[in-house]
Amino acid sequence: MKPFTKLTAVAAPLPMANVDTDKIIPARFLKTIERSGLGVHLFDTLRYDANGSERPGFVLNQEPYRNAQILIAHENFGCGSSREHAPWALLDFGIRCVIAPDFADIFHNNCFKNGILPVRLPRAIIDQLMEDAKLGANSRVTIDLEAQEVVRPNGERIHFEIDPFRKKLLLEGLDDIDQTLQHAAAIDAYEAKTKRERSFIPGIEVCP
Amino acid sequence: MAKTLFDKVWDAHVVERLPDGTCVLYIDRHLVHEVTSPQAFEGLRAAGRRVRRPDATIAVVDHNVPTTDRQAGIKEADSRLQVETLERNVAAFGVPYIPLLDDRQGIVHIIGPEEGISLPGMTIVCGDSHTSTHGALGSLAFGIGTSEVEHVLATQTLLQRPAKNMNVAVEGSLPFGVTAKDIVLAIIGHIGTAGGTGHVIEYTGSAIRGLDMAGRMTVCNMSIEAGARAGMIAPDETTFEYVRGRPMAPKGEALERAIAWWRTLPSDPAAAYDKLVQIDAATIAPMVTWGTSPEAVAPITGAVPDPREVADEAKRAQMERMLEYMALRPGQKLAELAVDVVFIGSCTNGRIEDIRAAAAVARGRKVAPGVRALVVPGSGLVKRQAEAEGLDRVLTEAGFEWREAGCSMCLGMNPDKLTPGQRCASTSNRNFEGRQGPGGRTHLLSPAMAAAAAVTGRLADVRELAR
Ligand code: SF4
Repeated sequence: MKPFTKLTAVAAPLPMANVDTDKIIPARFLKTIERSGLGVHLFDTLRYDANGSERPGFVLNQEPYRNAQILIAHENFGCGSSREHAPWALLDFGIRCVIAPDFADIFHNNCFKNGILPVRLPRAIIDQLMEDAKLGANSRVTIDLEAQEVVRPNGERIHFEIDPFRKKLLLEGLDDIDQTLQHAAAIDAYEAKTKRERSFIPGIEVCP
Repeated sequence: MAKTLFDKVWDAHVVERLPDGTCVLYIDRHLVHEVTSPQAFEGLRAAGRRVRRPDATIAVVDHNVPTTDRQAGIKEADSRLQVETLERNVAAFGVPYIPLLDDRQGIVHIIGPEEGISLPGMTIVCGDSHTSTHGALGSLAFGIGTSEVEHVLATQTLLQRPAKNMNVAVEGSLPFGVTAKDIVLAIIGHIGTAGGTGHVIEYTGSAIRGLDMAGRMTVCNMSIEAGARAGMIAPDETTFEYVRGRPMAPKGEALERAIAWWRTLPSDPAAAYDKLVQIDAATIAPMVTWGTSPEAVAPITGAVPDPREVADEAKRAQMERMLEYMALRPGQKLAELAVDVVFIGSCTNGRIEDIRAAAAVARGRKVAPGVRALVVPGSGLVKRQAEAEGLDRVLTEAGFEWREAGCSMCLGMNPDKLTPGQRCASTSNRNFEGRQGPGGRTHLLSPAMAAAAAVTGRLADVRELAR
């Protein structure tokens, strides 16, 4: 996983609430067996018309937002399904950070697993960042994960909260599985204990 | 200290508590399907890892599969590739698998409980948000992403922080014509799609206890639509009766010991919840959604709301966008909206009880001219049971299509799709834009209400048909 340390980039304003995972990547694009290549379908229905042509009004079809690496949105971003294709599509497009008042739980979790930083900030601050973002290329935003700060184009620093464990994994680009396997002995011990105490639970077997 | 059902199941599965409060949580059951697993198996292969507990894992195909003419195979190349990839992966990693042409094949959340794979007190995960369904048994069941699927395959654990406890109490008896689906739609309408964020909802109260297992599963299924991490219902005699005799459930003396443990799981009377919501069952009517979010819901006797009455600017804009997409005008009566398609099925309402409810309305009636109505059983066994009861004939004689088990028109991922502009009365769980096919317009409702829509050709109050 690519570590996330500090990012200075164009931020795209997406002033919508309840941006669901079907909006981020419609179900018909989930039929892939790979992680990459979904970026062209990010926000497909918002981004393209029925003939597949770009809708000029959609923010990611406009300069400089085609190169945005930060997304600013309203409440409950990422609600809906558990599909990790949503963060994969964001990442494949180039988005490394989403800033919103709050996020749906599974999406929030999935971001961290893919090196995307979801930042929660109060709506009043989001409104300011949204205005900043509308200024385009002259208005690059900096995200400093170490310091836990969003730096506005005018230099103002805004602190954000993040779970220290997740922060560490993101900063170091660590794989969760390696992390967990450090507890292999404890997992073995738990399995041995429950095998005794809950021996009434059978294993799964599909009889022919 | 007094504990909730969630606390008890959680605590029984903590392998290790890390200093910052994150837990290594043991997973009892891992359900795998073709859409969210290929990249996870790929990751295992790349890292040279194996599946730690094939005997706690089960795979099934459901999202991509056609629901007619199965013998002919899967026509769409990309769908076929996902199914074949799963088959290759389960063979290579030794994971138990229910193949497409097996009678027991079906939607992963239908067959988990049906086969006795999902049991009370367990931790259950699947790369699908509607895993919350299995919480109806008194288990902690939640959806995970593909990275976590890989994590569970490799370690049989997840790194998790405990959720907060929320109690949604539905007291009283349900009025005539009101079902589990109406309860959960009413709850979502009341607390909103983010109302449960960060929480596990425990559904309590006499109206919940009075539901059969199918109804409890319908309620827990849509917990995710209320933003909750999971939904749970305390196991009781109804639960134990349901589990008894299921193929992969404990039997005989083992079952008695299991039940003895399950009886200790319900929340202690003094247990505290972080959030409490109370709903009077008597106030719930048959519900139907009018917008593109499950919280955009109203009683069938109601009308399309007026954005001009919404003070918050962002909310007003959202409502306007919804009405535009749904092609609705403020003040239009919901019971006057003509439908093109009716879909009865999905993990929310694809169980035998749901098909019985639909057939009861359809019996002796005809699908309205110009309406296409599909009934898609949740599993091959549900289909067989319905056929044994003659429900397939009742439905086909009324003009419904009777199909093979799968996710079908719940999501536009297989051949069963809406075309742009079609209006659909659907028993599924999501009414997002394009969910049932690009440009499709979804109204969520109960199976009986869906059948009523089919025979009247419009959204209709099922209570009037019954009179
Ligand atoms: S029936 Fe619908 S909600 Fe349920 S698992 Fe299938 S696609 Fe998901």
